[in-house]
Amino acid sequence: MDLTSILLGGLAAGMVLFIVSVGLSVTMGLMGFVNLAHGAFAMLGGYAIVLSMSGWGLPFPLALAFGFAAVGALSVVLERLLYARLYRASELDQVLFTIGLVLVTIAAVTLTVGPETQTLVLPEWLRGQTDLGVVRYRTYSLMLIAVGAALMVGLWLGFERTRLGAQIRAAVDNRRMAESLGVNVRRLFTVTFALGSGLAAVGGGLGAEILGLDPQYPLRYLAYFLIVVAVGGLGRVSGVFLAALLIGLLDFVLKIQFPKGGTLFIYALTLALLLWRPHGLFGRRSG
Amino acid sequence: MRWWEALPWLAGIAAYFLFPNYLAFGTQVLITILFALSLDLVLGYAGILTLGHAAFFGAGAYTVGMLALHWGWNEPLSGLLAAAIVAGAIGLASGLVLLRTHGLTLLMLTLCTMALLEEGANMASAYTGGFDGMPGLKYAPLLGLFPFDLLYFRSQYVYALALLFACFVVVRVLVHSHFGLSLTGIRENVIRMHAVGAPVRARLVTVYSVSAALAGVAGALFAQSNAYVNLSVLSLERAAGVLIVLILGGYGRLYGAFVGAVAYMVLEHALAKAYPTGWQLGVGLALMVVALYARNGMLGLADALRRRLRGGRGR
Repeated sequence: MDLTSILLGGLAAGMVLFIVSVGLSVTMGLMGFVNLAHGAFAMLGGYAIVLSMSGWGLPFPLALAFGFAAVGALSVVLERLLYARLYRASELDQVLFTIGLVLVTIAAVTLTVGPETQTLVLPEWLRGQTDLGVVRYRTYSLMLIAVGAALMVGLWLGFERTRLGAQIRAAVDNRRMAESLGVNVRRLFTVTFALGSGLAAVGGGLGAEILGLDPQYPLRYLAYFLIVVAVGGLGRVSGVFLAALLIGLLDFVLKIQFPKGGTLFIYALTLALLLWRPHGLFGRRSG
Repeated sequence: MRWWEALPWLAGIAAYFLFPNYLAFGTQVLITILFALSLDLVLGYAGILTLGHAAFFGAGAYTVGMLALHWGWNEPLSGLLAAAIVAGAIGLASGLVLLRTHGLTLLMLTLCTMALLEEGANMASAYTGGFDGMPGLKYAPLLGLFPFDLLYFRSQYVYALALLFACFVVVRVLVHSHFGLSLTGIRENVIRMHAVGAPVRARLVTVYSVSAALAGVAGALFAQSNAYVNLSVLSLERAAGVLIVLILGGYGRLYGAFVGAVAYMVLEHALAKAYPTGWQLGVGLALMVVALYARNGMLGLADALRRRLRGGRGR
């Protein structure tokens, strides 16, 4: 594989990581809640998207919207009923609860759909390759890169230019101060959690070809999502973006060049990075 | 020393006579209890949340395995000692570096350390057997007297029980000493401990290393009793499994490890093979319920029940 192909492949993988992990970073930065079940939302979204396409014949964009909405709605229910009770709980309880939720989700999916890997059937216009002049590459991967970049821009605009974005940024930096300024932080939690989980759902569906889609998905990729979030800095969208691209690219390249030692390098790098900057490459201590 | 503290040991001895066909299983339960005890030291008493404790378990297991396979060193007791030293050293090194952080960062770092060891073991397959592991390990008779291999369940069980007792005595003395009490202080209010002048980091690193050594002993026992070591000793499944065992039994109270290990492994033995997905669902649900309503596990529930029964008599 030549350099451009490797670069594009790694970028595509990184974009998928970004789309899934950005929700986790924002909710962890905002709510201080260790949500190890985030991958489960991505998986559920992936299943919703793939199955709605194969079962109901939904076109791809509509299926993505469906996945976003369905998982977003589910996450609102879970957040109001269960997660909200643990906001003041210790980290241990949060970890336990979310690990339990992951196991329940994996078991539920295995029991209802079955343990096989689901394949994403791409629509006609996404198959094959596209000629960019400089290089020919898979249309699907190029689409991922484009969507990821668009999402980054969209999120940046959302955070910088909208009132909701300002409220989220304020609450991430200093929750108590934001509350005393009149920001309804509880409602903010729910909205952010829903958006984050919805994005994860879309990421799970979009990335089904790169990351695969089977019941073990949440546990297999838990470490990756956590690494991206921890390295990028909690609540920093630009940080998550860069961290996701870095990890995605590295992992892709290493799997090709050093199939045996690649993952080891990523863990070692994460260790070094977190020791150097415990709040992530771009994070900073919040009040 | 309360009277009921003798019960677990009496139960252990009774099991030897009552369940002669399940002694191999019993040895595994004892190993899990020891592993959970070591985790209780860091998690229950010092308040260090770690998902990577299997790193030390695996370090101990691989030490014993490699000593037996490559250097022909198969005397069981000295193998245990070597495992404890190696695991404790890794605990000391990683503790010195990691325990500067806390929260999610610390959690991630413990995961990364364990994953590093796992990948390292995978890559060094010339020494560790890689993915397939090291089967067919052989050991010399214990103290030169008692034959010690897979077929001698009874001697292995007694060996494990005696070791568990010895390690438990160490842990119990530690926990009730000034050192142990200071750990509770660190867990509950670290800022105040700093203000009082307690050497917080030194205490944390010390307990982390001791716990690592104990986990290493558990891992060594695992390698000795199964005569087989593979990558699963360093896996996230094993680390999460021991965490679940401790939480279900009740952390921060030593005997939670006993209760949790027995309950979890007996249930797993009965249910997991027949209904693997159902078992996973059940464990997940149990964890969610415990996190929401029963934070102190089974022993906590027993306490609450006892208090409610006594409450009727007035205090």
